[in-house]
Amino acid sequence: MLDQRARTAGSTTAAGLIVKIAVLAVVAALAVWAALPLIAAEAWWGLALEAVIVAIVFYTYLQSRTIPLKYLVPGTFLLIAFQILPVIMTVGTSFSNYGDGHRASKEGAIESIVAAGVQQTDGGTTYLLAVGESASGELTLLLTDQADGSTWAGTEEGLTEIEGATLDATGRITAAPDYTVWTLADLNERQAELAELAVPTGEDTGIKVQGLSAFEGRSTRSYDEACDCITDSATGTVWYADDETGTFLTEDGDAALVGWRVNIGLDNYLDVVTDPDIRGPFLGIFAWNIMFAAGSVLFTFVIGLGTAMALNKPSMRGTKIYRTLMILPYAMPSFAMLLVWAQMFNRDFGLINDLFNLDVNWFGGTWSARAMVLIANTWLGWPYMFLICLGALQALPSDSLEAAKIDGATGVTAFRKITLPLLLISLTPLLISSFAFNFNNFNAIELLSAGNPFMAGDAAGGTDLLITYAFRQAFGTTSADYGFASAVSVFIFLIVATISAVMFRTTRNQEDVY
Amino acid sequence: MASHAQARSRGRVSKPRRWLAEFGWRHLVALAVLVFGLVPILYVVSAAFNPKGTLSATSLLPSGFSLNSFQRLFSDPNIPFGQWFLNSLMIAVPAAFISILISSLAAYAFSRFRFRGRRPMLLFLLLIQMFPAFLSVVALYLIFGRIGEFYPAAGLNTKLGLMLVYMGGALGVSTWLMKGFFDTIPKELDEAATIDGASHAQIFFGMILPLATPIIAISGILAFVGTMNDFILASLFLTDRPEMTLAVGLKTLTAANSPASYFGIFAAGTLLTSVLTVAVFMSLQRYIVSGLTGGAVKG
Repeated sequence: MLDQRARTAGSTTAAGLIVKIAVLAVVAALAVWAALPLIAAEAWWGLALEAVIVAIVFYTYLQSRTIPLKYLVPGTFLLIAFQILPVIMTVGTSFSNYGDGHRASKEGAIESIVAAGVQQTDGGTTYLLAVGESASGELTLLLTDQADGSTWAGTEEGLTEIEGATLDATGRITAAPDYTVWTLADLNERQAELAELAVPTGEDTGIKVQGLSAFEGRSTRSYDEACDCITDSATGTVWYADDETGTFLTEDGDAALVGWRVNIGLDNYLDVVTDPDIRGPFLGIFAWNIMFAAGSVLFTFVIGLGTAMALNKPSMRGTKIYRTLMILPYAMPSFAMLLVWAQMFNRDFGLINDLFNLDVNWFGGTWSARAMVLIANTWLGWPYMFLICLGALQALPSDSLEAAKIDGATGVTAFRKITLPLLLISLTPLLISSFAFNFNNFNAIELLSAGNPFMAGDAAGGTDLLITYAFRQAFGTTSADYGFASAVSVFIFLIVATISAVMFRTTRNQEDVY
Repeated sequence: MASHAQARSRGRVSKPRRWLAEFGWRHLVALAVLVFGLVPILYVVSAAFNPKGTLSATSLLPSGFSLNSFQRLFSDPNIPFGQWFLNSLMIAVPAAFISILISSLAAYAFSRFRFRGRRPMLLFLLLIQMFPAFLSVVALYLIFGRIGEFYPAAGLNTKLGLMLVYMGGALGVSTWLMKGFFDTIPKELDEAATIDGASHAQIFFGMILPLATPIIAISGILAFVGTMNDFILASLFLTDRPEMTLAVGLKTLTAANSPASYFGIFAAGTLLTSVLTVAVFMSLQRYIVSGLTGGAVKG
């Protein structure tokens, strides 16, 4: 074996060498390209990380002792960067209060609270105002300096100049690269957030919004390190820092609007258990989530197996045509078909009510909406079950069936006692992974019912799964709570991990696969 | 019971009745399931060719024929359907190709070499594939927001950024699928090639990969279709209308967001999208059946 390996390593051809040099040259070029912005931003940690990665790549492909490494390195990097790292970050975020109002550091929070107390002073700069969102969803003032026409983007972190903005006749920004500019309607809807926003520009100066313009002025508030508090000299209010929750509180317990990001330990998880406003909906979602996944697997499996049993007869005519037609629903793009199903369940004009002469408001009631998503999801999933059941049926050992027949087992008995148990042995892993898939079937809910129906004031809808609920907490129209959304994700991780543990146990006897 | 069955097979029962007992119920079941399976598809076809193009005017069977909706799909400046289609392909094809290449490399190492940490790594891969990428969607959003600060070409609202996520997401499943297949290729072939002086790279690219075409086809399709159907990540990453993929773009045409007359256009778009996926599925039908069952139904 050693002999062979030495030969393998030594037998590099000229062509192989050229390819290897070319690939490494591309890697080096990419590394230089990637290093430039890191150097410009003085992100030394990033640069060090990059250097390590490049060093590993060069080492791997220039040595000839550890061959498996050459095949594993690309996948490992990709897996770490886009699967493992996000999982670790999700867990980290779930222990924090990260979200709207808790985005910045403490210094940032102080700056923006001080800036919120800005009063207009004579001769301060005034700006024409447009409002928008940055690529990461942060509320941004898009400002045009009325004196010299320069364009700026202001967030609660500070002011940066924009280049390449499009202006209208009056000089107001109508479009800017990397920002989405809001319409007047959006603006009206979120007036309250806007009134609270202040852009810090210096120690005690900032920019505030007034109508459709903004002004720079001096703040009446100041931060005092000795008492770790902010005092407003105009109103006499004092906010004291609370390092545990990351907020500034007055003596009456009123919080300033902007806080900072802190580690809050298990609070996000404990909220689920202790806060009745969260616990109730959460348990409801959880129960329905399991029902949805189990129901989807059961219905698709029953229909798929029934069809496979019917078609598992070589002497039957037309099986090929049947099978081709049955793959069709599986081959259709599922996202589009879910949207089609949503239209078919339309109360007034939809096909379902039309066809069966019903007048059901499918999206209106909890149980009708649940029936609806189950029907549509069964439609999407049964061809897959049909295919795997057919494959499994054809692979069944024919001698056991023969033996059963000789022993007098026919029809239902043979199916229940012989066929089904044999099938389940080989199909259980697939059924479990189907359950895990449907447990997180974001598309089926989001594209079909979008979580509807919502009872007045509830954050969770009747058909919400945990994943759609978490997604709405983070990216919905209400204020973002990344910390809580991450905690829900971690909870889903745990459930899926339990499911896989069960799966490992049930398939332990098939371990010779490794 | 046995004598009853014998009596039947001896043909004492008349022929049509025997046919009914043997095949009749099979056709009945198949037809009933087919009705359930094909009604929504028929509905899409009928809606796409409906002259009015509204939901209320659409019935199960086509009531008229017009190519109006298709025309508007390509002429309406508000609906950059061609661009969406192109975006989807530009993301899904390279993402599937690269992730299949990288996971075939890993699968080769797992199948042909014995090294320390091999078993834990395999188990870890199996575990990580049960966590779909979108579960850590919050973290991905924050990561790519940060990447965008340094490399605007790969941040949020870029195709490249989304592609990177998809590439990472497909790795676990395809590595396992392919490792299973590589294991069935006899090792004696490798040994013979080694004796003939082939290097490990020549064995992999020149011998294993061509032999593994079926499994590469099926893994590629699964990765491609999975990417085409993704909505959650695409809707978060791509918010500019011309940058959207088909899934995000077509969603904007449905009733909640658009005038009623857009339903026909939406159906036409759905139909054109499915031409692509159905063609892929039909041409590789036999690989799909064996590929789906390959892992579980081995013996």
